[in-house]
Amino acid sequence: MLIDRIEAQKNPTKHTLVAIVENKPGVLTRVASLMRRRNFNIESLAVGTTEDPSISRMTIVIDASKTNAALVERNLYKLVNVIDVQDLTDVPSVVRELALIKVRISDAQHRGEIKQIADMFQSRVVDVAKDSCIIEVTGEEQKVDSMLRVLEDYGILEVVRTGRIAMARG
Amino acid sequence: MKLTGAQIIWESLLQQGVEVVFGYPGGAILPTYDALVDYQDRIRHVLVRHEENAAFAADAYFRATGKVGVCMATSGPGALNLVTGLANAMMDSSAVVAITGQVASHLVGTDAFQETDVTGVTLPITKHNYLVMNVEELPQVLAEAFYIARTGRPGPVLVDICKDVQQKMTDYEPITEVKLRGYRAVKPMGKQNLPLLLQRAKELIDNARRPIILAGQGIKHANAHEEFREFVEKSGIPVATTLLGIGVLSEDHPLNLRMMGMHGEAYVNMAIANADLLIALGMRFDDRVTGNLKTYAKNARVIHVDIDPAEINKNVPADVGIVGNLKDVLRQLTPMIEKRSYPAWLEQINEWRADTQAHDIMQVEFPDHTLLAPHVMRMIWEETNGECTVCTDVGQHQMWETQYFLHKRKNQLITSGGLGAMGFGVPAAVGAKLGRPQDEVWAIVGDGGFQMSIPELATIVQEKLDIKIAVINNNYLGMVRQWQELMHNKRYSAVEMWTPDFVKLAEAYGICGLRARTRSEAREAIRIAREHEGPVLIEFQVEKETNVFPMVQPGKSLNEMTRRPIIQPAALGGGMDFLK
Repeated sequence: MLIDRIEAQKNPTKHTLVAIVENKPGVLTRVASLMRRRNFNIESLAVGTTEDPSISRMTIVIDASKTNAALVERNLYKLVNVIDVQDLTDVPSVVRELALIKVRISDAQHRGEIKQIADMFQSRVVDVAKDSCIIEVTGEEQKVDSMLRVLEDYGILEVVRTGRIAMARG
Repeated sequence: MKLTGAQIIWESLLQQGVEVVFGYPGGAILPTYDALVDYQDRIRHVLVRHEENAAFAADAYFRATGKVGVCMATSGPGALNLVTGLANAMMDSSAVVAITGQVASHLVGTDAFQETDVTGVTLPITKHNYLVMNVEELPQVLAEAFYIARTGRPGPVLVDICKDVQQKMTDYEPITEVKLRGYRAVKPMGKQNLPLLLQRAKELIDNARRPIILAGQGIKHANAHEEFREFVEKSGIPVATTLLGIGVLSEDHPLNLRMMGMHGEAYVNMAIANADLLIALGMRFDDRVTGNLKTYAKNARVIHVDIDPAEINKNVPADVGIVGNLKDVLRQLTPMIEKRSYPAWLEQINEWRADTQAHDIMQVEFPDHTLLAPHVMRMIWEETNGECTVCTDVGQHQMWETQYFLHKRKNQLITSGGLGAMGFGVPAAVGAKLGRPQDEVWAIVGDGGFQMSIPELATIVQEKLDIKIAVINNNYLGMVRQWQELMHNKRYSAVEMWTPDFVKLAEAYGICGLRARTRSEAREAIRIAREHEGPVLIEFQVEKETNVFPMVQPGKSLNEMTRRPIIQPAALGGGMDFLK
């Protein structure tokens, strides 16, 4: 779509949308189906419960160079089960992601080095085995990315990332 | 009051003011049809011959009456057959509630007999849908379904109801209030500063020299015809309509230029291409309306008003985008603007209009044996004084109808716009006739689309509906053939069509059948049909290879139209090649 492209060139950034939705069966499918049929590209989508058990919260990250975030926001807004949508991109907010990284330990000496790296990233080693360990890291995506780059040399066996969750400050 | 789920369905429909239901029974909806026996004195059930036509008829019923159309089907194949009709209602924003039976709740997910995940299938083609597995929630869900279908931008809502839910009993109290946490009829994004936006719109209008209004169906849905006419007459700005916007202003109004887009008249598209301001009201800049977006109305500023926030800035960027109900917006905007006229601009448009008329096939005096589809459209218009309701199918005849029939009222033309669903015309006429029993209703269909809806002739007879059916027979899928001729080097592929003897076919159904091969036969047939009480089918055997002009070919700019050559009388001696 033409507007999509014009808008995307203006905003070559990632957009964080938070959708407050009714906690009902099928709501995730409705959001996912909307993304697919409108040809919207999403980077990540995290869903969870909130302080109110009848409400769930979705954090959706959009690469604005591929998809017009405003259009995504408007279309989300139209869904009957969506109560509110906020674009947190330009709002002061706390943004976090959690990752579990399983690293190979081929040399006993590496175990100490990896522990040191984990400490430097203020993360924790949550599982230690004979030839591998699991590190739990929390932070913005850049932090997780750089930790992954550092650990690459040791051999990364498995990674799982939750995708971004976000909340406006204050 | 203790009622079964099935009784609650009918009670809810009565409470919503439903008078007609288009449907087809089957296993999973049987309890509801059983309960119908006690309600058939208050609600008319129309047994269609294919569920798709129930959805089409419900859609047309909404357009004819403004009341929510209701269709009903059983689980699995029954519900799946509704799909095309629901997609049609979604694309054309028609308020339809579809009620489908589902297998018993303990069988859901087991691949039970006639089980299909219908809410899954219809998710992208409904405004909203529900699967009801507890009878206690049924009254609330049905009330919500009607509310969502008819408010805001109207659309179809499907309610899938498990068979055991229809059988179980619960306390029933009519629902008088619907509370939806996330849904509001008009829901602009965030806070919209309407006074500021209206002021900006006014300034754009004040500074425009070649403005044009693009009027769409949203004006009908807001019931804003009067407000719209006042806005047009005070502003003095000419109006182009979308296909579904036809009738928002009478087509004999001096400021109504009529339909724009792929097969809009050339002068309308020229006006849009040269405008310096587009005022788009309740329309969505469909690709059939804009042609190539890169070159679309290059020098125009854009004011876009729509009730759906997702339509603003979707295809064409708006300088001023307003989310709102058009009745409210126009009531505020009209007093703000000055009374004006645009003599130089209208003169320019009239020059283009004169050129358009020189290309018009109606300028040619053909021998009597030459019968063209445009002749038929014009004759039906003349013979009915332009007063009848017309339901068309999809294709060449549909475009010729828009060109040669002048519509006076809203939804005088009921047609499948966004989806372009063949087979719509005849079932639409069934829905329209039930919605407007006093109206003369014509179904104008091609030989292709009609052969998709022949079974509904039985419905017309069984329900004693006085519908006149005009089959425009050129033994081709005409529009596809036209595209193959113009864009695929005339390599005709699967477009030639054998047709049955339509007169005998009509007679087999007990319908009066007529055939016209010449212009005088055509006029005579239309007269006979109008005098005959009851349904009539007329087969018009028209010239086979004629094209709809002008045509904005896909990818082309709106002003790069393929035009019909200006016809010299001498050409008549040389065959009919100039028609192509």
